[in-house]
Amino acid sequence: MSFEIPIGPQHPALKEPISLRMTVEGEVITGVDIRLGYNHRGVEKVAEEKNWTQNIYLAERICGICSHSHATCFVQGVEKLMELAPPKRGLYIRYLVSELERVHSHLLWLGVAGHEAGFDSFFMYTWRDREIVMDLLEMISGNRVHYAINTIGGVRRDLDEGQKATILEGVATLRKRSEYYFRIGATEPSFVARIAGVGMLSKEQALSLCATGPVAKASGVARDVRKEDPYAVYDELDFEVATADTCDVLGRVVVRVKELLESYKMIEQMIKNLPDGDIACKAPRKAKPGEAVSRYEAPRGENIHYIKSNGSDKPERLKVRAPTLGNYPATVEMLRNGFIADIPLIFAAIDPCICCAERTVTLIGARNGQESVVRMSDLRQQALARAKNAPVKGNAVWPF
Amino acid sequence: MAVLRTILYLVIYPGLLFLFAYSTFAEWFDRKLYARFQNRMGPTHTGRFGLLQPIADFIKLLAKEDIVPDAADKGLFHVLPAIGLAVVMTAGLLLPVWNFDLGAPSWTSFPGDIIVMLYLLSLPTLILFLAAWSSTNIFSTIGGARVLTMLFGYEVPLFLAVLSPAILADSWRLAEIAAFYQQKPLLLLTNLLGFAVAIIAVQAKLERTPFDIPHAETEIVGGTFTEYSGKKLALFRLTFDIEMVVSSGLLAAVFLGGFPGGAILGFLQFVVKTLFIIFLLSLLRALTSRIRVDQVVSFAWKVLAPLAVLQLLATILLKGFLS
Repeated sequence: MSFEIPIGPQHPALKEPISLRMTVEGEVITGVDIRLGYNHRGVEKVAEEKNWTQNIYLAERICGICSHSHATCFVQGVEKLMELAPPKRGLYIRYLVSELERVHSHLLWLGVAGHEAGFDSFFMYTWRDREIVMDLLEMISGNRVHYAINTIGGVRRDLDEGQKATILEGVATLRKRSEYYFRIGATEPSFVARIAGVGMLSKEQALSLCATGPVAKASGVARDVRKEDPYAVYDELDFEVATADTCDVLGRVVVRVKELLESYKMIEQMIKNLPDGDIACKAPRKAKPGEAVSRYEAPRGENIHYIKSNGSDKPERLKVRAPTLGNYPATVEMLRNGFIADIPLIFAAIDPCICCAERTVTLIGARNGQESVVRMSDLRQQALARAKNAPVKGNAVWPF
Repeated sequence: MAVLRTILYLVIYPGLLFLFAYSTFAEWFDRKLYARFQNRMGPTHTGRFGLLQPIADFIKLLAKEDIVPDAADKGLFHVLPAIGLAVVMTAGLLLPVWNFDLGAPSWTSFPGDIIVMLYLLSLPTLILFLAAWSSTNIFSTIGGARVLTMLFGYEVPLFLAVLSPAILADSWRLAEIAAFYQQKPLLLLTNLLGFAVAIIAVQAKLERTPFDIPHAETEIVGGTFTEYSGKKLALFRLTFDIEMVVSSGLLAAVFLGGFPGGAILGFLQFVVKTLFIIFLLSLLRALTSRIRVDQVVSFAWKVLAPLAVLQLLATILLKGFLS
């Protein structure tokens, strides 16, 4: 018996709206159809209306969890356009926040993975410890979610000696706990039984489907912008790219915990080698005409921002490629031939950030099911034309 | 006098009132333990230490809107929660608590009551399947199929494990089995393996982690209960709470020597022993993650069933050796 189960747009396994239509044969999935566009916000269009500084805060709001990633990626691009060289101390603080954010994002994901697998104790423990890093971020920036520490040409807040000591202390605790989670995540029998061999993605598939971040790393592809194309301070830091070769969800858990341990190493190095000097340099109001591509290794994978300037104080075009978008094609392959029970785990294993990846909306006709992509102005015109012709109605009628 | 005793037995202890009150306490105990294992507080606000929280939840659910899907089989959909509750409450009456006479079988304690009890405890599973099937929701249907698949896994090991102490005691009557082990407490140690198997099987019967597959919220939303709301959901939840109390009572009677000492001391024994078993169930729940339905069946047949058979074999050999 073959039937279709809708996962989403509203489903307890998903924290954001996306629609996965699964064709299942008993408990086995035979086909997957991903539908996007439930949370399109038009961020790229808004960016064209705001100036360079305002856009930092807009970019920060592309994502809640990797807010600093998008802001930093944008700021990097703008600094390239303006040919600015931010002072070293500013850069160190900026990427210190980056690594702390990676820690918070991965701890959050570990909890989510535990919850999706029905391992709620693991979820509660990791989220308790995530509070430590959230507190550190709040201490550094004043905020728990949108840190707003970036500015064009550096950062907005400095670190003092007391803060440095607190960060080192927090990181030491977190390292101990993460090692414990590594042991649980990789050895607890019922958990491993659930995640080993689930959502297989071979190395060749990962490469041909352009998987990024921990998904690619778990398939044995050591792809990391921090290592391949080191930006800012990463060529001065000693770290390794965490990989696993099991190609399954277990590998993705292992990669993320290993990345946590690498991040702790980097945080300690950055705190110990924090140079003296200014934290920011003065930035011009306008950028020269030109274009820049900025790459950044976000917790979920490679973040790409393309920025085009026409010489004014506003960008002519901002194009954002969030890592989740890069991982969708791989997800379809991972889900195929899996069990219904594994859908949330496999999908969660890419650490989806759905509304960050929403760049377009597909319209589907309610009556005929036809799909089309239209411009906002055309849509408006259609609506006006329809309203003009339609008879006046007392009550709206649901089209189905 | 006998009539009064019977009414007391039916309505107060261990009948309706006690089972209701104690099962809500057991739910509180389970929730609190589970929360403390996870570094959380658990219920705190309603009543002292949050003791009244399960009752508050029950009343709240009773007051909620009761929705019946258009496509559902109305008759079944309406009566199943009540039947489920009735079945587990009836099973509760068979626990050898105080109103029995070892010498004379009565209607609450008779040769073969252990079989009746196991049968009554199997019925809720079937009712759950029917409930899922009659609500016609796609998630419920999958949940219902999972309920039955799991049933084929854990039921046989549970029966084998629970019946082997009975074989050693040479009786099919719960009161006599308990009395046998009260006289020779050391023999309880020979049943430890069976006890472990039974705990795991009961965990599966109660559909708690790692066996909460039929209503795994991240996969199939509410699973079997997706379409149930209001009063009916409240009754189903109460059914599961009472089933937890009754099945831990059964395990306590068979594996932990029952509840001797008359009404008061026996009551204390009942509380302590069932809470101990609920503690083990909570521990198991906190320590594991949910496994897949095919893994349940293969685990049950490759690990649990052989262990249960081993226990049976050991019991039979021991019996031959003792006599």
